[in-house]
Amino acid sequence: MNRRTLLASAALALGLAGTALAQDKTKVGFVFVGPIGDGGWTYEHNQGRLAVEEHFGDAVETVYQESVPEGADAERVLTQMALSGADLIFTTSFGYMDPTINVAQKFPNVKFEHATGYKRADNVGTYSARFYEGRAVQGLIAGHMTESNIIGYIASYPIPEVIRGINSAYIHARKVNPDVQFKVIWAYTWFDPAKEADAATALIEQGADVILQHTDSTAPQAAAEKAGNVYTFGQASDMAEYAPKPRISSIIDNWTPYYIDRVQAVIDGAWTSDDTWDGIGAGMVKIGEITDAVPAEVKAEAEALIEAIGSGAYHPFTGPLNKQDGSVWLAEGETADDGTLLGMNFYVEGLTGEIPQ
Amino acid sequence: MDFGAINPVVLFASLMVASTPILLAAIGELVVEKSGVLNLGVEGMMITGAICGFAIAVETGSPTLGFIAAMAGGAALSLVFGFLTQVLMSNQVATGLALTLFGLGFSALIGQGYVGTKPPATDRLNLGVLSDIPILGRMLFSHDLIVYLSLALVATVWAFLRFTRAGLILRAVGENHDAAHALGYKVVRIRLAAIAFGGACAGLGGAYLSLVRVPQWTEGMTSGAGWIALAIVVFASWRAGRVLLGAYLFGGVAVLQLNLQAAGLAVPVELLSASPYLVTILVLVIMSADRGRAALNAPASLGRVFHAST
Amino acid sequence: MIRLEKRPQPSRAWTVAAPLLAVALTMVAGGLMFALLGKNPVDAIRTIFWDPLFNQQFASYSRPQLLVKAGPLILIAIGLSLGFRAGIWNIGAEGQYIMGALAGAGVALALYPLDTWILFPLMVLAGALGGWAWAMIPALLKTRFRTNEILVSLLLVYVAQQVLASMSLGLMRNPEGGGFPGSRNLQQYPAAANPELFEGTGMHWGVVAAFIAVIAAYVLLNRHMLGFQIRLTGQSPRAARFAGVDTNALVLFCLGTSGALAGLAGLFEVSGPAGQVNIDFNVGYGFTAIIVAFLGRLHPVGILLAGLLMALTYIGGELAQFMLGIPAAAIQAFQGMLLFFLLGVDVLSNYNIRLGRREIA
Repeated sequence: MNRRTLLASAALALGLAGTALAQDKTKVGFVFVGPIGDGGWTYEHNQGRLAVEEHFGDAVETVYQESVPEGADAERVLTQMALSGADLIFTTSFGYMDPTINVAQKFPNVKFEHATGYKRADNVGTYSARFYEGRAVQGLIAGHMTESNIIGYIASYPIPEVIRGINSAYIHARKVNPDVQFKVIWAYTWFDPAKEADAATALIEQGADVILQHTDSTAPQAAAEKAGNVYTFGQASDMAEYAPKPRISSIIDNWTPYYIDRVQAVIDGAWTSDDTWDGIGAGMVKIGEITDAVPAEVKAEAEALIEAIGSGAYHPFTGPLNKQDGSVWLAEGETADDGTLLGMNFYVEGLTGEIPQ
Repeated sequence: MDFGAINPVVLFASLMVASTPILLAAIGELVVEKSGVLNLGVEGMMITGAICGFAIAVETGSPTLGFIAAMAGGAALSLVFGFLTQVLMSNQVATGLALTLFGLGFSALIGQGYVGTKPPATDRLNLGVLSDIPILGRMLFSHDLIVYLSLALVATVWAFLRFTRAGLILRAVGENHDAAHALGYKVVRIRLAAIAFGGACAGLGGAYLSLVRVPQWTEGMTSGAGWIALAIVVFASWRAGRVLLGAYLFGGVAVLQLNLQAAGLAVPVELLSASPYLVTILVLVIMSADRGRAALNAPASLGRVFHAST
Repeated sequence: MIRLEKRPQPSRAWTVAAPLLAVALTMVAGGLMFALLGKNPVDAIRTIFWDPLFNQQFASYSRPQLLVKAGPLILIAIGLSLGFRAGIWNIGAEGQYIMGALAGAGVALALYPLDTWILFPLMVLAGALGGWAWAMIPALLKTRFRTNEILVSLLLVYVAQQVLASMSLGLMRNPEGGGFPGSRNLQQYPAAANPELFEGTGMHWGVVAAFIAVIAAYVLLNRHMLGFQIRLTGQSPRAARFAGVDTNALVLFCLGTSGALAGLAGLFEVSGPAGQVNIDFNVGYGFTAIIVAFLGRLHPVGILLAGLLMALTYIGGELAQFMLGIPAAAIQAFQGMLLFFLLGVDVLSNYNIRLGRREIA
């Protein structure tokens, strides 16, 4: 053995020791789009992070960064996280898609998980939740509960995720109440509690007695409580502080099982890039407690629906369904494919108004 | 489309509630600017008031104590600005912006434990017979105390600036601080008092958001209300009455656009969302086209550094 | 009794020493805050100020990123400083930044997939024009109707944000993006991209433009009649009028220039680091630049340094967050403190501090 190979093997040994040391603790990074204190989207992702810490104890170290703007800043944060030795990084907003892909190219040994996107690579997987399954349950309860037959819907931006939710809720509300009408307000913001409060008030004043929301604050709950006989649903988090009325149920983003599963895969060396889109069945979408304000038979019907969706027996977008313009979308018994759902940019028949373009 | 669904009476009642936070902050800032100080940190003071009020209301169970704490918090933060600009004579524009940055961070830090908490309810004031008057009762006499307080505050500020000796001194300080100083008035002290008053008002406005209008605590929940308050002061050309008009106009358009959407008006949503700002600009142009009058009202020493050189 | 006496000339020594003192004071006060949060203050301060520059693990990446972050801040702040010196208040650079990005990206997206070298210069032109045009609204309203430009430029920020949302959801939406908001990624469109000019330096055309702007502003203010007019108008509008300064032309020039520079910053950002038009494209550069302009005492070189310092606290703050688990809110408060101290200690360069009684003249 000459001097050179000796050095090389020493370096190799050192290098191995380095990796072994790093593998002692798996480092998991989280990049959040809002503050943890938003009480909604980011809050629930952070709950998932805390659950990972709890579950793995000393085997895992988590790091996170809040309020990271999408775009250039995200790319820098991701790079710095990867440089700091993270093994797995969750990027939890759609706008992180291109930055995630870019950084992943530079760090082939780091695994990335991007929420709600569609671009993947060998070391980039994607995950999202089928919130529309939860919306179906909401729609059913809302359709039963409304007296005025007007359901208000506070939407954020006209993107497929939101449109899917409106369609799903509407289909199931109409099923149990053919006279139901949806009034949609596009808030054009993800986060402006005051505007959400105003939007809820406007809907209530125009006769809505059930409010659905695709924005994260509890402002609509409070507006409903003030107004009296108005029902609402928790969004993103349980919002149980407004139960049993006006909040009669909720859709909870539950990332915990998925996060634990993926971290375990990295620890086991079994992680591969995948495309996960889970719903009620896998527990990624949780339906919060249906309170006693809901009549027992409605509650039973809702629970049956949850059961049917969870077991895969029923798909919320099952034909016959027409698009808003009357053209046929799904024939009798046909279910929507994921591609159409992911890019959904149309209302189903019966919804009034236009999607802003 | 269904315009019948929009009830003007109810609309007015909601615009009063929607406008109150910006009205409170704006009337406070008006007094500050009348004293010749430009404090761009309204957003920071509002959000600090929002969390101080929220935290104290939750801890004590009393919204009233919460509102008092909000005023104290807003005033305390404003005095940081006051110290820097009045004693250390720093630039007011930059210091105000820094105040906003600090306030947003500081409030989020205090508020970490309060996410997802529900504050105690603030009662509507029972005005007995008045609340039962048809139309007017619903429109004007069915609100909580702070709404009326904000209106009373506008009237008080108007009267204070117009009729009282103290108000005259305040305006003199804002017009020409050197002359006021020469006359023996304590320019710095008067301005500090005005700044603290502005901070207290902004804090109260913030607490109205977190305790009544929304009500919850989330980081950054004022989302720009402080900037609108600043805009309204200029819009009002530094008159108390017009601050009321401006705040209600802005709140009104904001509420109206949501109502129009709910009624299914076929106008692009983007345009509707931008309408409160566009309408404000439009009114502003019309008012300033009335040559010179707006300029006359602007305090001449606004934003200038004062140093007693003798 | 402590008194302040105005210095006839700002003290040169303090002009240099004061910012250092401010940073030191911030370290003490900020360290106290971090300690209260249960973090090691020394670690925190070192992570914010030292690691982005010298940490072995990060620095080779973070140092160039300083330029990327500081570039738009400096470019916008230089434009704003001209107006601020003349007492013309453009608070709406954020809106001009958005409109510049939209105009520039709009050209690229409209001509997609045209592949010619002329495209990027066209975009630059469009970006500058977009910001300029948006700034012309308050400028013309001011010159025509004497409408307050602070207010109009600020309100137009909110309008620009709505336009941005509308564009990223409608007209400029990526047709191959599966219905999601956001335009095509310009980084992947070589003729329209604004990539790093030299690998690993962080230099892109926007940073180059920022440096050019610093030099141009320096020359303009010190060597040019227009610069003299700007300074004169700021110090004494009446004197300026007597000296024959055309105030309206000056308003148009100052707002136009600051708008064009903000628009350029937006264009370089959207075609470079950010890559695409999206709802949340703007991240507050336009507002932070106002602070940068004042921290730099409205002086081109000062602005350059202030921009770099702000960028350092951003990047160091990010490191501190995920290395030490310090909440983003604490970093924001820390930045606020730094600004307070920087602004506060300025008193030392302009005033003498005297102890004791006032002498009788």
